[in-house]
Amino acid sequence: MYIVKRFLTMLLTIWVIASLTFLIMKMIPGDPFASDADVLPEEVVENLRAKYNLDEPIPVQYIMYIKDLAMLDLGPSIQSETRTVNDIIADGIPASATLGLQAIVVALVFGLFLGIIAALNHNRLLDYGAMLFAIIGISVPSFILAPLLINFLAVKWGVLPVASWGTWQHSVMPTLALATTPLAVIARFMRSSMLEVMSQNYIKTADAKGLSSFKIVVSHGIRNAILPVVSFIGPLFVSLITGTFVIEKIFAVPGIGKYFVDSIFNRDYPVIMGTTVFFSAILVITLFLIDISYRLIDPRIKLTSKGDS
Amino acid sequence: MDHLLEVNNLEVNFKTYGGEVKAVRDVSFHVDKGEVVAIVGESGSGKSVTVQTIMGLIPTPPGIIKGGTIQFQGQDLLSLSKKELRKVKGSKIGMIFQDPMTSLNPTMVVGKQIAEGLITHQNLSKQAAKARAIELIKQVGIPNPEERYGQYPHEFSGGMRQRAMIAIALACNPELLIADEPTTALDVTIQAQVLELMKDLQEQTNTAIILITHDLGVVAETAQRVIVMYGGMMVESGTVLELFENPKHPYTWGLLNSIPDVDGPEKKQLVPIEGSPPDLFSPPKGCPFAPRCKFAMDICVEEMPGAYEIGEGHHAKCWLNDERAPEVDHAFAPKKKEAVAVGSEA
Repeated sequence: MYIVKRFLTMLLTIWVIASLTFLIMKMIPGDPFASDADVLPEEVVENLRAKYNLDEPIPVQYIMYIKDLAMLDLGPSIQSETRTVNDIIADGIPASATLGLQAIVVALVFGLFLGIIAALNHNRLLDYGAMLFAIIGISVPSFILAPLLINFLAVKWGVLPVASWGTWQHSVMPTLALATTPLAVIARFMRSSMLEVMSQNYIKTADAKGLSSFKIVVSHGIRNAILPVVSFIGPLFVSLITGTFVIEKIFAVPGIGKYFVDSIFNRDYPVIMGTTVFFSAILVITLFLIDISYRLIDPRIKLTSKGDS
Repeated sequence: MDHLLEVNNLEVNFKTYGGEVKAVRDVSFHVDKGEVVAIVGESGSGKSVTVQTIMGLIPTPPGIIKGGTIQFQGQDLLSLSKKELRKVKGSKIGMIFQDPMTSLNPTMVVGKQIAEGLITHQNLSKQAAKARAIELIKQVGIPNPEERYGQYPHEFSGGMRQRAMIAIALACNPELLIADEPTTALDVTIQAQVLELMKDLQEQTNTAIILITHDLGVVAETAQRVIVMYGGMMVESGTVLELFENPKHPYTWGLLNSIPDVDGPEKKQLVPIEGSPPDLFSPPKGCPFAPRCKFAMDICVEEMPGAYEIGEGHHAKCWLNDERAPEVDHAFAPKKKEAVAVGSEA
């Protein structure tokens, strides 16, 4: 029941995002053929507009768009005549998804590890070291870190390829650049959460049982401490996606980010809409999965449509 | 005979921003096999710190164990390494905490929390530990043990959780059980049940118990000996009989007087001990209770009295027990024991 309701809300959310994007896009002056209008005869431009239904009144365009969207058809790209938006997404997503997932995994694994280590060495050197690293990680934006990585790892030491995409070596630097900030944020979250958990009474109980420190941390500490971190992964996911645009550009990764940015400059309406809706769908699904994982982590949390049970 | 547990001159401080708090000062006591010893005293008197030091549960820092020894079965627990101490914790000494609501891990099924200790200390396989855990759940009086094994703490009531805590503490048949206010957080009917259970199990297993409590009624019912703590020090200790019938410290008098008399014919005002506990950042050089004591003399604020031996195993740290001290007419006269108290005074 909860899942059905939640699913419907997800659809509603995506519809709202699609509508808002449509509205905002239409409010930007000009259209895809604005620059062509100077060189081409007026009739040609008219015909082009008609081909993409841009001559229809906006409400009609909107209804047509939503209809197609419901059929999962994101429409043709205006810029590249032979490809649909679906093609473009299918083209760009493997690289983007690989990069994004690698970055999330790196950020989670090392972020959690760093946070736990810091918490267990509270107010000691390791703690200060980890938190210093975290603050630097949060303060340095990925587009600063990326050129630095290229400069040292690729240009000066030559251990990794400068840019482009292909082998796993190509993905190392963009992943690092992308993962650093979320890694640092996760580390800080995990540290404070872990500190709180380790002062709880049940940790004392575990200690009084004579369990090893390792066992106490792993089976009693982490699972309780991780919940606030999990709730943070949603927004983190968004920042990773938006971060990809820049990083993909810097490292010449053939991902979806390039199309997204280009589409805005070109007023390629269907691509703007398509990529936006696609990203929001990913986000909404991620949040849904996170909600379900709460239940798995903390048995006290019940998934109900209302707070009644 | 060697004592099971012998604490000698224990001193524990805590480092805080405000300075060092002297939480436990010169505490010495012992517990014999199969004996129930109660520690009473108000909040902040050092009871919990004392027993948590025995279990090595005081985080250092901020805690500092200034001195003393804790002999358990001939081993000095304070000189053991963490690893050696872990072999004692949970296996030879079990502990029950005050608040069953927060003392169980909310994200682990209760049965597993009981089985954990068994796996660690008795090298049981997972199945064997589970079987034993179910047995323990049954033993502490929780119905449907198989089903309860797989439930989470939030599915247990407060009393059930404390029963589960008892099962955890007793899982490995410890020689000593430390119960730190095991019934304080429970409501009265459940308190009685939990105490009854502890008494039953104690009789069955002959485990020694250190029972920390505020409740003198509980002390009278369960313990053989009592230690009264105040301001981090033991102010009086003795057998339950001695202490209730012939208390020799004004603080003990105050405690006994403050027991509400529910059987009395008319409603009476509760009798509190006026004032507040001493500042342990800079404890007074005299008796810590002197500022609140109705019978305080000049010497009391000047110098800490030694332990006066009143009778066999009965000690009180109060100048009033000095032969030079004047007779005082202490108002301690609880109704039921009036005859005895007056008789022993005369």
